[in-house]
Amino acid sequence: MKAPRLAARDLACRRGERLLFRALSLELAGGQALHVTGSNGVGKSSLIRILAGLLRPYAGEVEREGSTALLDQTLALDEHLPLGAALSFWSKLDGALADADLARLGLANLLDVPVRYLSTGQRKRAALARLLGQRAQVWLLDEPLNGLDRDAVAMVEALVAEHVAGGGIALIASHQPITLPGLQVLHLHDFAPPEEAL
Amino acid sequence: MNTFATLLLRDLAQFLPGARRGNTLLPLLFFLAVAMLYPFAVGPNPNLLAATGGGVIWVAALLAAILPLDRLLAPDLENGFFDQWALRGVAEEVVVAVRLIAHWLSFGPFLMLAALPASALLGIDGETLRTVELGLLAGTPGLAAIGLIIASVTVGLKGGGAALSGLLVIPLAVPVLIFGAGSLALGGEGGIALTGAISLVLVAITPFAGGAAIRAAREG
Repeated sequence: MKAPRLAARDLACRRGERLLFRALSLELAGGQALHVTGSNGVGKSSLIRILAGLLRPYAGEVEREGSTALLDQTLALDEHLPLGAALSFWSKLDGALADADLARLGLANLLDVPVRYLSTGQRKRAALARLLGQRAQVWLLDEPLNGLDRDAVAMVEALVAEHVAGGGIALIASHQPITLPGLQVLHLHDFAPPEEAL
Repeated sequence: MNTFATLLLRDLAQFLPGARRGNTLLPLLFFLAVAMLYPFAVGPNPNLLAATGGGVIWVAALLAAILPLDRLLAPDLENGFFDQWALRGVAEEVVVAVRLIAHWLSFGPFLMLAALPASALLGIDGETLRTVELGLLAGTPGLAAIGLIIASVTVGLKGGGAALSGLLVIPLAVPVLIFGAGSLALGGEGGIALTGAISLVLVAITPFAGGAAIRAAREG
């Protein structure tokens, strides 16, 4: 498998009339993790969507090598189906999801429960199961810790650490602190345009 | 299992009548309700009913095709399905093509079945019924295609998209209606052939128009 790579050069993002950030460059190789911090509305989610190729940047370019997985506020699971059936739609596209992963995420007992009855934390863990099943090399995680209890936060940190240790790339946008060995930090506020430019 | 089959099975499980808690049955019931109400409204004159019944079936079919539009694409865009497909390299065109098949299967054949009791209610004779059925076979793929194009164009609108898509479909469906229902008056195959030709063109452009519209909606 080719080594993954995620690079951005001179990115700028405009939403409506507002310039959110500009002159943002980053470069990540396999085995590296980056934590993007910043308060609400600073452009963390937009940055993730630009890096995922789902949003065109206002300026600059993105280079991405390796399969990419996205975890954001949307679940992408059919609400009316039991969790197991909803996840199996993606495992038909991605390859089977390991039972060990489901057990680790604490979902093994919930497979018969319709997705719409899951709690906030359980929904987040279901999304993580979809992410794990994809076995992608580049993980783009948008607020992965929202709604999770302390044990689940530690579990996510362990999952990301394993992914990075296995040669993957992780880019995490979160306003919450994350503990990971060798985690780099990017403060998105540093790339906000000066006030007079608004 | 390949991507195409996986997507198609999911779509069929969502859109076939009876699936997903029953509101998929609404277009069919709506179609039958129109056929049932019409004789009450115009009176039981058999000649009048037989002369206008085929046209009523066509109008009812067109309006029934509008009902499922707001559920066709918007839920999948809001829930992030299209984002996830894009990351896996599944083109929007493929998703829309699959959805067109599923959407047509979920109402076209069933409308043709429902046209049988409807024709009895309206007192349509066998020869006319044959023309109606052939016309529906030729025309409903076109109606499905128009509906899907409109659904993809209005997919980014929050609220009000459903009513707007209904209004947008009606003028675009007029050619299908003219040739489809017109084949009844002429009693010939020409109208049906033209309806089929319009449907084929619409079906051919739908994946590309729909795919482009969904990508544009994602940027918004």
